[in-house]
Amino acid sequence: MARIIVVTSGKGGVGKTTTSAAIAMGLAKKGHKTAVIDFDVGLRNLDLILGCERRVVYDFVNVINDEATLNQALIKDKRCDKLFVLPASQTRDKDALTVEGVGKVLNELKKTFKYIVCDSPAGIERGAHLAMYFADDAFVVTNPEVSSVRDSDRMLGILSSKSQRAEKAETPIKEYLLLTRYNPARVKLGEMLSVDDVQDILSLHLLGVIPESQAVLNASNSGTPVILDDASDAGQAYADIVDRYLGEDTPHRFIDEEKKGLFGRLFRS
Amino acid sequence: MATTPSLNSQNLPAFEFKSSVITVPVLNIYTTDVNVLSLQLREKIKQAPEFFKNSSVLIDLQNIQDQELNLSLLVDAIHNVNILPIGIRGGSEAQKELAYQIQLPSFNATSTSAEKAPVEKIPEPTVTAPSAIAEPAATNNIENTLISQPVRSGQRVYAKGDLVITSHVSAGAEVIAEGNIHIYGALRGRALAGVLGNENARIFCSDLQAELISIAGNYRISENIDDSYKKIPVQIYLNEQALIIKNT
Repeated sequence: MARIIVVTSGKGGVGKTTTSAAIAMGLAKKGHKTAVIDFDVGLRNLDLILGCERRVVYDFVNVINDEATLNQALIKDKRCDKLFVLPASQTRDKDALTVEGVGKVLNELKKTFKYIVCDSPAGIERGAHLAMYFADDAFVVTNPEVSSVRDSDRMLGILSSKSQRAEKAETPIKEYLLLTRYNPARVKLGEMLSVDDVQDILSLHLLGVIPESQAVLNASNSGTPVILDDASDAGQAYADIVDRYLGEDTPHRFIDEEKKGLFGRLFRS
Repeated sequence: MATTPSLNSQNLPAFEFKSSVITVPVLNIYTTDVNVLSLQLREKIKQAPEFFKNSSVLIDLQNIQDQELNLSLLVDAIHNVNILPIGIRGGSEAQKELAYQIQLPSFNATSTSAEKAPVEKIPEPTVTAPSAIAEPAATNNIENTLISQPVRSGQRVYAKGDLVITSHVSAGAEVIAEGNIHIYGALRGRALAGVLGNENARIFCSDLQAELISIAGNYRISENIDDSYKKIPVQIYLNEQALIIKNT
């Protein structure tokens, strides 16, 4: 049974696209056939993060408008043959998305894919609403600061009231918290909300904490999902998240400040 | 130049039906003995004659609806003290018929739970939180609402009776009830109890960090709520138009 995962936040710039690319790649590397869809019509980015921007021919809107088939539009990743990307259109706007159109594409994907990751645009308008409307699971990406937390809270309210599952009174969307750009040193100084502070406000199942890391920027610039950078803390954090999502009991890391360096941590285990 | 005022005035609407809510004093009648009533009424009015002069009143017959009553005598007695009855409510069918004969409207008896509930009867918060299944709170009043999920920023909950929340209320959320509000968690948003004017409504919560609290329109914003009420169970009630916050 295919599962649709929406990566959402409300606020912009918190790491939705980075997260979408990383977990889609992570799920694919675990052997699950995974599609990742960019819902940010007009502000296409996911193809850049995944490094397939020069191979885009048809896009999501073309498929919705029956100008191309799904197979024509899906781009197979060169590093992992289980990962496929459905890019957004850069020349259209979010009004090009319709409930029927998105539903049709997702239903077709569900026939052959195990996981469908929907990269939501920022905001709570049409694009974001349609990205989460058909979801089974929601990854709520939050930065440890008050405005991001409040926007996530708002998004959670929308998830529980405006999704298809809510409208049909089915089992609600499963909501997970991903805390990104976490810096334990700054938390200690009181410059950043701690995991507990965020949990206190959102009371949500914590899937993982991704530390603030130079590796994320490097990965974005080179078009390589950060999860492929095994040596980096952010890459490992995303790998942990994929494991936890798939049901493995992996202990949380990167929450407390490491006394030892990276090597000390690697050799200790 | 060639305006025809007569035509114009015909086109303008001469009247309009509208619905409006007004507050009128209610005279609860406990006896069918008009003489006794008349006597006590005069005594009462002597205390504040100006206040009662030409005041309108709704006659509530709920307490004597199964007794025989000479309604027109009763109405005369009230007229005699310069009070103007505008109708009856809560009467039996026979009493309504009598009222109709003397061209006095009959109103439906409303459930005046707000007026009837004395302060001491307001339920205190129980320590055990109800089970986390959404179902109407277990009382006779089916209009009470139980919420077991967090009320998120931007969400709004309205309860016709009491509102019980077994989770927290986020900043930017609004919980509104015609009755009391119980929150078994942190209140960071807005809570408005007794919104239809029930001054006996109360707010109970186990961690007060609210943006705004209000009872029957009397409100206080977070700036004016002391931080010392954080993380402790409190109740908020109205005492002579003043909001009182008290550690329970």
